[in-house]
Amino acid sequence: MTKRKPYKRELPTDWWLKHAFYTKYMIREGSSVLITLYSLILAWGVLRLSQGEAAFNGWLEALQSPFSIFIHLLALALALYHTITWFSLAPKAVDLWLKGKRLEDKVIVAGHYGAFAVVTVFCLLIITL
Amino acid sequence: MSELMIEIDVLRYRPEMDEKPFTQMFEVPYTPDMSILEALQYIKDHLDSTISFRWSCRMAICGSCGMMVNGVPKLGCKAFLRDYYPKKVSLEPLANFPIERDLVVVMDDFIKKLEEVKPYIIPEKEKCLSEGTYQQTPEQMAKFKQFSMCINCGLCYAACPQYALDNKFTGPAALALLARYNRDSRDGGEAQRMKIVNQEEGVWGCTFVGYCSVVCPKDVDPAAAIQLLKVESSKDYLIGMFKPE
Ligand code: SF4
Ligand code: FES
Repeated sequence: MTKRKPYKRELPTDWWLKHAFYTKYMIREGSSVLITLYSLILAWGVLRLSQGEAAFNGWLEALQSPFSIFIHLLALALALYHTITWFSLAPKAVDLWLKGKRLEDKVIVAGHYGAFAVVTVFCLLIITL
Repeated sequence: MSELMIEIDVLRYRPEMDEKPFTQMFEVPYTPDMSILEALQYIKDHLDSTISFRWSCRMAICGSCGMMVNGVPKLGCKAFLRDYYPKKVSLEPLANFPIERDLVVVMDDFIKKLEEVKPYIIPEKEKCLSEGTYQQTPEQMAKFKQFSMCINCGLCYAACPQYALDNKFTGPAALALLARYNRDSRDGGEAQRMKIVNQEEGVWGCTFVGYCSVVCPKDVDPAAAIQLLKVESSKDYLIGMFKPE
């Protein structure tokens, strides 16, 4: 008769708090909630714009409440966190080879920041011009 | 001369007598060059001969001695007491696997997954022996070499919350092994293996936590293998939309 009796350990529900690496991962993933919220706010603005000037101005005004500013700062912080952590992971999904050598991680990350800067400047130009 | 001592907690489980695991503390003489594995061997030789753990090579090659050291998956032979002393060290069997006995886990599911990814060269067409060997340039080898360095230690599975939440997920090492063959210029089995990759339990079970690559003792970078396979899987899907088989 076998004496085997493999013991299965339960995964605690707070597994992601037990290790800083997992907690950071959860923040990275969780940031998408606020970023979704932020894009909904923007979409709402577009809708209000289509309803005329008064509606749009109302929307703009609503954005100036302290609560709204707090949400925006939070969304900005999380979006930056997501971007930075995501860029640092980007080399893992890029498979570029030059003269028989894999492109160095540094180069790929720098490329992402470069593209980020270009897009940001482009957007700022559209908005201000 | 009084010897320096270090305390080591070991999670014990003896299936024939224990309902559930319990912690047992041992005091071991400390030297800076002592590995965790050597400390366990000291315990077995001098303090409690009933303790069970797996090992063979003592040099990070066989992949037998994986365990949780203070909650982090490590090879016992590649982790040293000096990195913990004077604090206590706590040893537990590899997370996410059932415990067989003490620090020994049941790895059947992991081995099954390694077997499932068709980890062998499937030539495009059979070559006659007289036609000679399959040749490969160093550049062609560089494309997969890193993913071929795996020692099947299972640390990456112990680090993977997705595997912990649902062990149907094929998992890091098996997907890295799959990538190793798909990326081999001598192999023609990609189409067969993409069926495994494209499943929900394939690469799409991964949410890119990335801890597998951090704990891997051989720098295999299974997270990279999986993300690259996601790119391939997406291409496969797009091509399939325009060109159904
Ligand atoms: S990929 Fe690394 S951590 Fe995972 S089984 Fe292989 S050697 Fe171990
Ligand atoms: S004993 Fe072989 S890897 Fe540690």
